Amino acid sequence: MIKKITTTGNAGPKIRSDCEITLELRQRGGIVIDLTSRVQTLYGESIKDLCRDIFKFFNIRNAVVKINDSGALSFVIAARIEAAVKNLTDSALEYLPEMNGENKYATTAGRLRFSRLYVPGNTPSMMINAGLHSADGIILDLEDSVAPGKKDEARILVRNALRQIDFRGAERMVRINQGNTGLKDLHCVVPHNVNLILIPKCETKNQVERVEKEIDAIRKKLKISNPVFLMPIIESALGIENSFKIAKASKNVVALAIGLEDFTADLGVPRTAEARESFYARTRLVVAAKAAGIQPIDSVFSDVDDMEALRQNVIVSKSLGFEGMGCIHPKQVNVINQGYAPDEAEIEKSTKIVVAFNEARKKGLAVVALGSKMIDPPVVERAQKVLDLAIRFGKLSQDWIKQIP
Amino acid sequence: MTIKTIINAAGRSVPLVVNNQPVVPYKGVGKHRPVGGKYSPPIPTCSDYPADGNKVVKSLEEALRKCGLHNGMTISTHHHMRDGDLISNKIFEIASAMKVKDLVWFPSASFPCNDPVIKFLEDGTINRIEGSMNGPLGRFVSEGKMKGTAVLRSHGGRVQAIQDGEVKIDIAVLVAPAADSFGNAKGTGGKSSCGVLGYAKADSMYASKVIVVTDNLIDIPCYPMEIEGNYVDYVVVVDKIGIPEKIVSGTTQVTKSPDRLLIAEMTAAFLEKSGILKDGITMQAGAGGTSLAIAVYLHQILKQKGWKAKFGFGGSTKYMVNMLEDGQMGVILDAQAFDLDAVRSVEENANHVPYPVFNAYNYHSKGNLTSMMDIMILGATEVDLNFNGNVVTHSDGYLLHGIGGWQNCLHARNVILPLPLFRDRIPVIVDEVTTLCGPGEMIDVIITERGIAVNPLRKDLIKSIKGSSLPLRSIKELKDEAERICGKPQKAQFEDKIVAVVKWVDGTVIDVVRRIKTK
Repeated sequence: MIKKITTTGNAGPKIRSDCEITLELRQRGGIVIDLTSRVQTLYGESIKDLCRDIFKFFNIRNAVVKINDSGALSFVIAARIEAAVKNLTDSALEYLPEMNGENKYATTAGRLRFSRLYVPGNTPSMMINAGLHSADGIILDLEDSVAPGKKDEARILVRNALRQIDFRGAERMVRINQGNTGLKDLHCVVPHNVNLILIPKCETKNQVERVEKEIDAIRKKLKISNPVFLMPIIESALGIENSFKIAKASKNVVALAIGLEDFTADLGVPRTAEARESFYARTRLVVAAKAAGIQPIDSVFSDVDDMEALRQNVIVSKSLGFEGMGCIHPKQVNVINQGYAPDEAEIEKSTKIVVAFNEARKKGLAVVALGSKMIDPPVVERAQKVLDLAIRFGKLSQDWIKQIP
Repeated sequence: MTIKTIINAAGRSVPLVVNNQPVVPYKGVGKHRPVGGKYSPPIPTCSDYPADGNKVVKSLEEALRKCGLHNGMTISTHHHMRDGDLISNKIFEIASAMKVKDLVWFPSASFPCNDPVIKFLEDGTINRIEGSMNGPLGRFVSEGKMKGTAVLRSHGGRVQAIQDGEVKIDIAVLVAPAADSFGNAKGTGGKSSCGVLGYAKADSMYASKVIVVTDNLIDIPCYPMEIEGNYVDYVVVVDKIGIPEKIVSGTTQVTKSPDRLLIAEMTAAFLEKSGILKDGITMQAGAGGTSLAIAVYLHQILKQKGWKAKFGFGGSTKYMVNMLEDGQMGVILDAQAFDLDAVRSVEENANHVPYPVFNAYNYHSKGNLTSMMDIMILGATEVDLNFNGNVVTHSDGYLLHGIGGWQNCLHARNVILPLPLFRDRIPVIVDEVTTLCGPGEMIDVIITERGIAVNPLRKDLIKSIKGSSLPLRSIKELKDEAERICGKPQKAQFEDKIVAVVKWVDGTVIDVVRRIKTK
């Protein structure tokens, strides 16, 4: 027997910015909408209009829909209703909210990825303001933060979020699921200007190739010109052993991340604060990434209330060669950004290099020296990068060069 | 029945008569200048009172009877027991049992624990409330179920109404955490300590009859005397005046919301970069989670720079107390203590000084403390394109908050409103506020997580932050962004019936609240 009634979304006293939809398809009776909303006075009519429009789009003429709304935005309500419709029909149609004009940008392979903020893929309240916290990237997560039974509705919600939420220049990332669910995820999200896909529990280069092949097919079919980069997450002993091959699996792999919860579980040892059990894996991953010319990215820090421990953790991470870390709470972003940004000693050295280079050029010298050391062009380039970063993070004034005597 | 209305100076249609008394429409900030003398209560004679000074009577009922409780009287209470208040409801239980009708309740604020008075509004014991309406009480009034018209006043406006005789208090029932048999009383001591009794002074001086209710009768003299026994008729001793954990929070908490923290950070950055924050400033911030976070950030900046705030005006919290104890604040002047650290500080620290609203906020005072404040951090339910603010109703038209000291605080030098651009789906910046509580000319800066709007009237502030990295936007841009995200909201629908009037600090009527249209 075909299922005729279904429930999607979330409701409850603690739920915000979401709604619960109970949909029943009927043979007759037209569309009946039973709406309970915390914003009934202000948005009651527009919610009902939206609802009718969606049913018309999916060609549903007879249904009873119960909406229990806790202030969900339109794109959330639409995602919940679409998920309900798809639970009961085999429609392949997609009810797409308008693409926010600010969301069409592309990113580059070499851009900064100090901080990437994880946002659970089925929790709208955490998505809406994710762009405000100055993270380099925002990861809409379809994998571990979404319950197995909620994967289908989360996928639709994430798709709508990619179109509607203002990411404010952050790199637009999605962590897909493993295996075939992951491929399904790609078809739903890649058409909506995803800048980077995180591949979880990556152990072999074949996994990367499979994801890339699928993305290529979608890009070709839809004539997508923006690149879609890849960041495999290594979370097992086998993954570590294969990390260089994984890093080299495609030119679109721009970073390798390590996930220490699963990695330590795979080793069969507890994860400790000193992290000696993962020292080899972390340095091995850093070396593999650097050898492949891409960014090594560190595991998330899970105690969101201990900012000082996070700060210390970032110092160690940076000294090992990592170039970024995941964030599981917005308040971690600033500590992480500041932590990976150049420190005083780096800034001082870089200013000296750039000043010496400028002096030498003024004098028409071909060879630049600082003290007894020769300075090559790549050294100058790196120093300039450090200074640009220092300016961006407020550690150096924009016109520093004028302030030098 | 249609009521005669007039358009006031703020462009709002307001009545000329409220609860059968003539009222003055709002004329503009500082424009209303009453003449004549202050109201004075009936003159007492000391020989009518016990020579030994013992005014204790058996029960609250006996005290109310001796005060001559009868139909139509105005009964005042203060709100220092907050949501732990065990006495206010009891007054009306007694009155209801005595079959007294048409009382006016004149609290300095009401709390959810006062919802039971709804049944006394329904049975006719109470005609109306002139004070703040929260939660279910606000819904009751908004749906037009209260017999009389509610009158909403600021804390200062309440004192103004008492002093100029707009409200004549027949009986003031003033609970006190410590009192002696003569009626001297204070806010500290005993099991129901609230720290400060900053809202009781005017009531004690101007009411015809005054009852002090305590659960902690101490030997005469009870001092320092926040209520002076000379004004008190009767003292009642009960088991409990309040539920301690609901009187003060064990501890007030900085917001954990990352978005609110961001707003707090932006507010601190604005105050620093604009040069408003400097050595010797005076400031006030509330007890909301965002305000507390701002206090923490300001504390850090003051400490870093080696600066000190001259004084802060409470509601005090542990965060203000931290500044005092850390040397970053000279003095706390305090009308109410919000948490246990604040209560402790009042008891221990000579620089933590009880300071009644009677002195701080009163339109009939010879000067105004709030106009001496450099930094004033306030909230609002709505702000409109002209920077007008609303604190009493939500966008759905329901009365949900009191004015508190909000209107009075608008007189500060720099009025800053840190607000989320929308709450759930409800935009905070709107075309026109549902209810006008404060004129836009007095609101200087709106700080949201998506940008900062400075009132164009504050050219000096705009100039002071020119070239800074602060995300400046026009208020129209902020409103448009909220609507782009949330959708354009429909308007709440009202009937003609006026259910509440909103007074400005001078006693004039600035706006009204009308009955919600229910389907």
